Amino acid sequence: MDEFSRLSLHIPEPAVRPGDQPDFSNVKIPKAGSVPRPEVDVEPEAIRDLAYSIIRVLNREGEAVGPWAGLLSDGELLTGLRHMMMLRAFDARMLMAQRQGKTSFYMQHLGEEAVSCAFRKALRKGDMNFPTYRQAGLLIADDYPMVEMMNQIFSNERDPCHGRQLPVMYTSKEHGFFTISGNLATQYVQAVGWAMASAIKNDTRIAAGWIGDGSTAESDFHSALVFASTYKAPVILNIVNNQWAISTFQGIARGGSGTFAARGLGFGIPALRVDGNDYLAVYAVARWAAERARRNLGPTLIEYVTYRVGAHSTSDDPSAYRPKMESEAWPLGDPVLRLKKHLILRGVWSEERHAQAEAEIMDGVIQAQKEAESHGTLHAGGRPSVRDIFEGVYAEMPPHIRRQRQKAGY
Amino acid sequence: MARMTMIEAVRSAMDVSMGRDENVVVFGEDVGYFGGVFRCTQGLQAKYGKTRCFDAPISESGIVGTAIGMAAYGLKPCVEIQFADYMYPAYDQLTQEAARIRYRSNGDFTCPIVVRMPTGGGIFGGQTHSQSPEALFTHVCGLKVIVPSNPYDAKGLLISAIEDSDPVMFLEPKRLYNGPFDGHHERPVTPWSKHELGDVPEGHYSIPIGKAEIRRKGSAVTVIAYGTMVHVALAAAEETGIDAEVIDLRSLLPLDLETIVQSVTKTGRCVVVHEATLTSGFGGELVALVQEHCFYHLEAPVVRVTGWDTPYPHAQEWDYFPGPARVGRALTEAMEA
Repeated sequence: MDEFSRLSLHIPEPAVRPGDQPDFSNVKIPKAGSVPRPEVDVEPEAIRDLAYSIIRVLNREGEAVGPWAGLLSDGELLTGLRHMMMLRAFDARMLMAQRQGKTSFYMQHLGEEAVSCAFRKALRKGDMNFPTYRQAGLLIADDYPMVEMMNQIFSNERDPCHGRQLPVMYTSKEHGFFTISGNLATQYVQAVGWAMASAIKNDTRIAAGWIGDGSTAESDFHSALVFASTYKAPVILNIVNNQWAISTFQGIARGGSGTFAARGLGFGIPALRVDGNDYLAVYAVARWAAERARRNLGPTLIEYVTYRVGAHSTSDDPSAYRPKMESEAWPLGDPVLRLKKHLILRGVWSEERHAQAEAEIMDGVIQAQKEAESHGTLHAGGRPSVRDIFEGVYAEMPPHIRRQRQKAGY
Repeated sequence: MARMTMIEAVRSAMDVSMGRDENVVVFGEDVGYFGGVFRCTQGLQAKYGKTRCFDAPISESGIVGTAIGMAAYGLKPCVEIQFADYMYPAYDQLTQEAARIRYRSNGDFTCPIVVRMPTGGGIFGGQTHSQSPEALFTHVCGLKVIVPSNPYDAKGLLISAIEDSDPVMFLEPKRLYNGPFDGHHERPVTPWSKHELGDVPEGHYSIPIGKAEIRRKGSAVTVIAYGTMVHVALAAAEETGIDAEVIDLRSLLPLDLETIVQSVTKTGRCVVVHEATLTSGFGGELVALVQEHCFYHLEAPVVRVTGWDTPYPHAQEWDYFPGPARVGRALTEAMEA
């Protein structure tokens, strides 16, 4: 008899499916404040543990504790809370607008607001993000006008992209926000190239790449890590692990690797894992990575552990693949509520002020929406010209496109 | 003026461009210290330093992806894909990113990159070192596509490509690197030093992208070709004695339709030649355009001469490569129809 039995293929499965009780017992959560804060010039080899832990600042009581705490003033934290609340209100209005047929498509951030809002605050003017579609907080936290975002979503006559790009695929060079592609992972390696260019020119600016847990499976993720590692590019490589890639649980992309952050270790890139629902922790880790980049020490890989509370997009229905109440069982809580609790504990915020701020913020979003809608929505009112189809393919319109534009009647 | 091979001309274009604009950077596999497997970047690292000409990991998507990021920053990367056959891992970056950045951002960001790649057959490179993927680029709106046929054009067009504000695919027919090649593989190689288009100015000059050149005036039939096939077509015209007008497209996208239409309107006959495979090749586009614009002037069906619709074979290279005999037969066919 052969000592080997027949082979079988391993297909990873999430712990639970619709109808089951949510179960996050596999997500090991260290105590807030328990993970050390190394010097930025630490050897990557010396901090391998950080790729398997979770850096946390806010504890269950709402206190900021440990070596990563104490970087932000009360005023900065209040601003951070406001940004996250703005993003949440913006999402709520735009989801509704999509259901009302004012746009074709929307992607919300619910539960992930801290990641992009806090990260932006660790960057400087002139730095460049290469975002995915779930980092609108980078714009909001940089005071990009909300009405412009809505103009883009509505593809109206003021749409900065002239109706050419899918909703939420914003662009703003001025706000350090590279034009979102909508393809996955392609921009991760572009961020590395931008950072290499900054280093080639002996500039002081740094870049940040963004990717989701699912897209780390793309070859561009690995190309990005190779180039970042080889040339020690001044780039922060962010992985937002929100547990779900549409319907696919993160185990399908992660495979046998313990964590996504650990992918950086084989490249000699310092890799940190952070509580993505903890505004203070996200900011602290981003600032650490930004400082490394600015000191020419090279790239940092950061995995933000968070949870996608909403659907992937307006075209998705999560109840078909995960338990309905799973988001409530998510052990890292809600980023807005956690920061709110912390600020109340510090005596600079209250339930009343929060409720008042919520109302004011929603009012501001509604005002912006009214203004945007006065310039049209996808199927009504002002819209981009048909000429815009043909413009901007090249710097100068070549003859064949001009002929086609004329054929279209423009 | 200096006598240059196409390798030297391409190198000179990068040298001149790097000297004039410090935002021009050159990188790719083996291009730094060694100077590239075809030696096109030889000496550039020594002259301009390691941060302006350097070796890249074997990752075509990484090479093009980082180039796109550099271009977004404000540099003008001119990268090398070692063989056109290796560009497929970068195809996503080229088609979905480079080609569309200007469009989708309404000019907020642009992508002025040049992607050089040795292309075509004739060197016994088999299926992984002989391909002509130009139609995979001409099908992508937002890219420009250039295929030079001689050192003078190669330099002037590469300088234009580097100075262009949009992404340019620059396909260098590798069989032409060291001399014009008319398909007579059994004969000794003619060097560029004996060809008038091997005369290349040492300094800066440019050739506009989108302008074809008539290499042979003729009145009987128009041959539309580019790259290596220009020389094959010229040989076929001489050998058959058919008074063919040979158009060297130089730029496939944008295309110089005017020159094509003028010529075919005059001759009333047309043969389209390329090394790439037939089905859905760029020749199909050329034939369609000739039909649309010259139908009432045509006296015969348009004939295509191309590589066969098979992978590029190794041992049977000269039965695959559309040499002067096949092009000659096509000329006769067009004349006798």
